[in-house]
Parts: sequence; structure tokens; C-alpha cells
Amino acid sequence: MPEPSELFSRSWDVLVAGGGNAALCAAIEAAWSGASVLVVEAAPKFYRGGNTRHTRNLRCAHDEANEVLTGPYPEEELWEDLLRVTGGETDEELARFTIARSKELWDYMNAQGVRFQPSIGGTLSLGRTNAFFLGGGRAMLNALYRRAGRLGVKVVYDAPLTGLEIEDGVFRSATVAHGGRDYRVKAKAFVGAAGGFEANIEWLKEAWGPEAENFLIRGTAYNRGAVLRLLLDAGVKSIGDPRQCHAVAIDARAPKFDGGISTRLDCVVFGIVVNRDGERFYDEGEDFWPKRYAIWGRLVAAQPDQIAYAIIDSRSIDRFMPSIFPPIEAGSLEELAAKLQLDAARLRATIETFNGAVKPGSFDPAALDDCRTEGLSPEKTHWARTISEPPYYAYPLRPGITFTYLGVRVDRNARMIMEGSAPSPNMFAAGEIMAGNVLGKGYLAGIGMTIGAVFGRVAGREAGQHARN
Amino acid sequence: MHATEDLAEADRLMRICNACRYCEGLCAVFPAMEKRRSFAQGDLNYLANLCHQCGACYFDCQYAPPHEFAVNVPKTLSKVRSGSYGLYAWPRALAPLFERNGLAIALVAAFSVAAFIFGFAAWTDAGVLFSAHHGEGAFYRIMPHAAMAWLFGAAFLYAVVALVMGFRAFWADIGAGGTRPQGLSVWQAIRDAGRLRYLDGGGVGCMNEDEQPTDMRRHYHHATFYGFLACFASTLTATFFHYAFGWEAPYSWYSLPVVLGTLGGIGLVVGPLGLMRAKKTRDKTMTDTSRFGMDVAFLAMLFAIGATGLLLLFLRATPLMGTLLAVHLGFVFGFFLTMPYGKFVHGLYRFGALVRYAMEERQGYPVPAPKRRAA
Repeated sequence: MPEPSELFSRSWDVLVAGGGNAALCAAIEAAWSGASVLVVEAAPKFYRGGNTRHTRNLRCAHDEANEVLTGPYPEEELWEDLLRVTGGETDEELARFTIARSKELWDYMNAQGVRFQPSIGGTLSLGRTNAFFLGGGRAMLNALYRRAGRLGVKVVYDAPLTGLEIEDGVFRSATVAHGGRDYRVKAKAFVGAAGGFEANIEWLKEAWGPEAENFLIRGTAYNRGAVLRLLLDAGVKSIGDPRQCHAVAIDARAPKFDGGISTRLDCVVFGIVVNRDGERFYDEGEDFWPKRYAIWGRLVAAQPDQIAYAIIDSRSIDRFMPSIFPPIEAGSLEELAAKLQLDAARLRATIETFNGAVKPGSFDPAALDDCRTEGLSPEKTHWARTISEPPYYAYPLRPGITFTYLGVRVDRNARMIMEGSAPSPNMFAAGEIMAGNVLGKGYLAGIGMTIGAVFGRVAGREAGQHARN
Repeated sequence: MHATEDLAEADRLMRICNACRYCEGLCAVFPAMEKRRSFAQGDLNYLANLCHQCGACYFDCQYAPPHEFAVNVPKTLSKVRSGSYGLYAWPRALAPLFERNGLAIALVAAFSVAAFIFGFAAWTDAGVLFSAHHGEGAFYRIMPHAAMAWLFGAAFLYAVVALVMGFRAFWADIGAGGTRPQGLSVWQAIRDAGRLRYLDGGGVGCMNEDEQPTDMRRHYHHATFYGFLACFASTLTATFFHYAFGWEAPYSWYSLPVVLGTLGGIGLVVGPLGLMRAKKTRDKTMTDTSRFGMDVAFLAMLFAIGATGLLLLFLRATPLMGTLLAVHLGFVFGFFLTMPYGKFVHGLYRFGALVRYAMEERQGYPVPAPKRRAA
């Protein structure tokens, strides 16, 4: 491998900023078409790939089952799913294009050396719609990097983009910081695939106010949105609500950055959730947890100090996925309140009021059962059982930010659209940086990887073609 | 709470892994872990012995070092596994042999080889020992067959008893005491062990030097294991020839014992050399380097048996035969004696863990199976 300084001095066909699924698909596709490709990744090698390293699966339409996907998932059904979660905040042309191309991804990923695992039964029933990476997102990334390496793609880590030279919508060069020096890197085409700004707390505060200080970031600290900022400042048209991000409630003891999947908690539906003042604030049993976890980040974010506590008793402790941190355990409500530093009297009053409002019913975690409260505000509408069998357990909750929606506008060739609506001839975008075109709101498991792979491939192909013409 | 730091660390990791579960398709360890919510010493020893040290989970893990969770499953389970061997040693008084295992095995081997050389020299006329012999019964002019059979029979019997006792202790520790291995599960375990199903990183190959998967360790292990079996089969057929037909060794080049012994010997030379090389080039961050001696002693012993056996075959018609026979028999005898107190036991306990895993897969495990997570 040549020295980075030597790599930066070459003139490239395609420069890719970013190092995740979308960036690598673009690099592979461009290199496959014969282009010389340099990938600059802001993170060190271990943290490469942004949110991809924490992903697990890819959603793809398909007409029949295969060795992993358990049944057909027609394009139309995926479109309806997307329409439902986004509430229509999607560009139909780009969305339908993504869905149509998603059908190629199974074969494509296999050809790149990405391995999938047979679906294991589960209540989320994603086995039909989503293909699970064997070993998870980092394993998938490793396979893509191996493939890119064999195709001659060069990668430099610890190399954030700090500047872009763009003339009349045409990319000329980029400034890359590496090893304490700035390098001007020239390329005939540019692919921006560097993710969102979820790890940029200052930027999050612009949208959320000072509360954002208390947010935990589920991905790496390198998702700072530097490339997105540079592109928007250079006159690329934006898409998506700058004030929105995908936030779930995660264990408050999780690290500030990069806690990933393991910090998620699935206990909320089995008990109650109180805030710092010992008060309940939302219906914990509104719907199945997989359908509701994404609203709880926001709910906790709206509480004082952005903290809440899920409280269950001994009957529920084994009913959900094991948690990464052990629950806070206590023999009495007073002891629990002391451990959580809550007002004991307030907590006892909340729980006694709740217990008093629980109506008899037959508890069934697999159904929207008839266990509910009556006369509370807010009510708990399903799975309401008294919290009365010690030991009591609590998990502290904080908002965990997964990704942001703000991005750059693209057309179906992945070309960035400039202010004034003309597409750039040689600037392309793929992945989270443009996902807002398709997923303007909400979330659908595995759709981020779908958008990244589909647009990564298009961006790489188009960029390679542009460079050779 | 746990007896050792290694067990405590394994407990911490399994808690993280059980909340993540991305590795569940890689091998048997993670599905076995998912059947549990807490991890007592026996559970951890079970998982540690189930682990084939393929390394795929280390390179696939988003929480591996330098991440602050510092999840290093291959290294941690390797430490727990090595630590578990002493717990099962029979008699218990010999458990400390696992502590400085490289030294212990080397000493036993050296004494054993020396004893055969001196024994031959003492009991056999020097003229007989250092001259060329031909035809049936050539070996037995140096050491009578009956003496050989009794000595090795006794050593082997002792090893078998000690290994059975060790296995019983292991079986009880992993929480299977009182349950009998079932036929179908044993058959499943034989197939899984026979092809090293879980040394392939879930299909891509295991990681050794770096993130590039390679299947070389599996191939070398096959050479070693099947080489060992072929040598064992060679000895059995020779014994059968001797007692059933009265045919005395040495046998011709194309006879069954010699063909099996030659193939086995080649396996025992090539396999351990390859495994040794893989061990040297392996990424040290996922290796328990403190147990290097135990691994090397075992590989060296197998290599010595294979190499001296082949030499004996090639030079059996020369005056060197007597000395080579002493050296070869010395290594084999030393190996028999140390089988229950060295790396050999890894195969036994891993096989037991595979049987247990097959049983759990077949009948389920008495904990509720929780949901899987999307992402």
C-alpha cells in the first residue's frame, strides 16, 4: 500500500468520501467499471463505516423465497410499508426506483462476498422481508472492503474532508486532512457517502436546544456530518427535516457514542415508565414494542433532564431480551427510589395509583391483550399488571440517536441537485447523506442499507462513467 | 462472584453478547449462550469448551477493542477453557500439571525416551541393539512383544481411566450430570467434530493473521486428527494381525498397518507443523499467549511420534532401527502417560460440549426463547 501522501498527490477518476455500505458499493462499482478510486474515511480503521458497523440486515423486495428469505416480498408490499412509515414523505420516483433495484441486492451482495444467515424464528418476523448479515454489519463491511481491495480501490483512514472546491456545480477537488496536514485531492468525479450528523452534538443542539447534551449517540463519534455541511454550504439542494432524527429509548448507562444495538431495552411494555419526578407520562402498552420503540426516544427527550426509568417487578424480569447492563434491583419501592434518587413518596404514590387502576385480564405478551388500566392519565392500554411482586427492577432510559434525516437532494442517477434545480455533472451522493429523499420520516428496519446499496451502486457506476468520458 | 478473573470477564462478555446477538450464525457458542440469561461457572466452561477459537467473532464484532466494551471472545474463552482443564484432572493431585504444562510434558517425554534407550541397552545385548535385523519379529528381538503389549496396554488403560474420570467431572460441571448423552446427539457431535464444522467462521473460514478468512487451520487440524486416528488404527490392526493370525511385525510396505501408519505419520508431521506455523502468525490480540507452552508441547509430541515413526519405517532395515525404536516407543509411551494432563483433553471436552449442544438443540433448553432484534 502506497503512502497516503503519495495517494493524495495522484489524480483520481473517482473520490469517495465515507466508508460505509454506500461508499463501498460506490467504490466497488466505479472500480469495476475501470475507474481509479480513492476512498477517504474520516474514522480510524476500526471505526470505519459509520452506522453500517451497527446494522444487521438489508430489506429487499423479492418474488420468491430463497435459502435465507422465507417468502416472497413483492415490490408493491415494500412500497406500501414505506408509504406507511413515512406518512407519504418520500419521493415516489426515487422510492419506487430503490425498491425495484433492491431486488438485485441479494445476488449483488453475495457476489461481493457478503454472507447471510438463515432466518431464525422470532416475533419481529423480519425473516421474510430482511436478509440478515452473517456476523452483523461489521462482517458485511469487512467483506466489502476485501472486495474493494481486490479491485484496486485505495482507502485512507483518519482522513476527514475539510473543504470542497466546486465551480458552477462541478467538483474540482477536495481538501483532506490527514496526519496533521491538509492535502488537495483532485478527481474527475466525487461521491459523497459520509452519512449524517448524529454525532455532532453542536449541530443537534441547533435543532433540539440544550437538551441534546443529554442525548446518547448509538453510532460512532465520527458521524459528524462534515461532508453534508460542506455540500449544503456549496449550494447543493437539501432534503429532509433538519430538526428530525431517529431516536429510541436506550439504557442510560450506555456509552456516549457507539453503544449500538446492545444498549436497547425491551422492558417498557411490561411495566411503567416514570420521569425524574416519579410521574408516568405515556401509555407504555400502546402497541407491540417493535412498533413503538422509535417514539420513546422523543418521549424521554421531552422529560426533565432527558431521563426516565422503566420499572417492572419479578414477574416480568425474564420476559424480554437480556439487557447489557444488569437491572437496578431492590426489595422495596423505597429502596428502589433511593437507588434511582427519586422521591420515595412520589414513586410509591404513582405505583399505588397505577396498581389500583389495573383491571383484571388475561396477560398475553404475544397479543394486544385485555390487561389495562381504567381512570388513569395516561392509561396503560395493554399488558397492564400490578407492580407488586418484589424484587423490583429498574432500568434508566435516555434518548439514543440513531440517524438524522437532513440530506442532499439527488436524482435517480444519484446526481446531486444544485440550488436552481440543475443536477451536478460529476457530484453524486449515496447512503444516509441522501436517504431523506426516500425516507423523509419514520423508520423501516433495514431500509437504510437498501437505500445505501442501491444508490451507492448507481453513484459508483455513474461516477465511473463520467470519469472515463 | 466468580472464582477467577477469566470467568468474571467471560461473564461480562456473555452479558454484552447476549444483548447483541449479531454473531448467532457464526458457530455454536452464541446460540448456546442465547439459551441462557445468566452464566454460572459451569455455563462458562461449557461455552468455552464449545468455542473452536476460529476468531470470526473477534473481527466481526463492533465492540472489539479499542471499543470501550473491549469484547474479545476468542481470547477470553481460550483462557477460561485452559483454566477448566485442571478442574477436571483425575486424580486431582495431578491438576497442577496443567499449570506449567509445556515443562511437564517435555520432562515426561524426555524421561520416557531416556528410559527406553537405557532399558534397551540394559536388557538387550549391544550387538543386537546396534545391528541390522530383517524378517518377521525383527522388532521383538530388541523388545519382546509381550513386554511391549503389557507396558503399553497398561499405560493406555491408565490414560483411558483418567480421561473417563475427567470427562465425568466435565459433564457434571457443565450442568449435564445425571443426563446421559443420547445416540442421535452423539452422532451429530461426531459429524460436527469430524469436519470441524465450527472452525469455519460460519462458512467463510476462520480468521488467523488478520481479517482475511482462511481455511488452513482446519486443513492442518484434519491432517493431525485423522493422522492420529490412522496411526491408532495401524496399531490396532497390527495387534489384530499378531494375535489373530500370528503375523509378526515388521509388515511389508503395502500391508494395512504400514499403509495406515505411513499415512498417519505424514499427517502427524504435516498437521502439527502447519498448526504451529498458524499459531506463530496468529493475531496475538485474540490469543491467550500464557498457555503457549501447553499447545506447543502437544504439537511437538505429535510431531515427534509421527516423525520418529516414519524414520523407523524408512530405516528399519539398518543398524539404526534399535535406537529409533527406543526413541519412537519412548515418545508414544510418554504421550500415553500425559494424554489426560495436556492439550489432548481439548478434543474430549469439546466433543462433550458438542454433544451437550446437540442435546440442547434437540430438546430445547428450559428457558423462554426471547425475541431477536432487528437493528
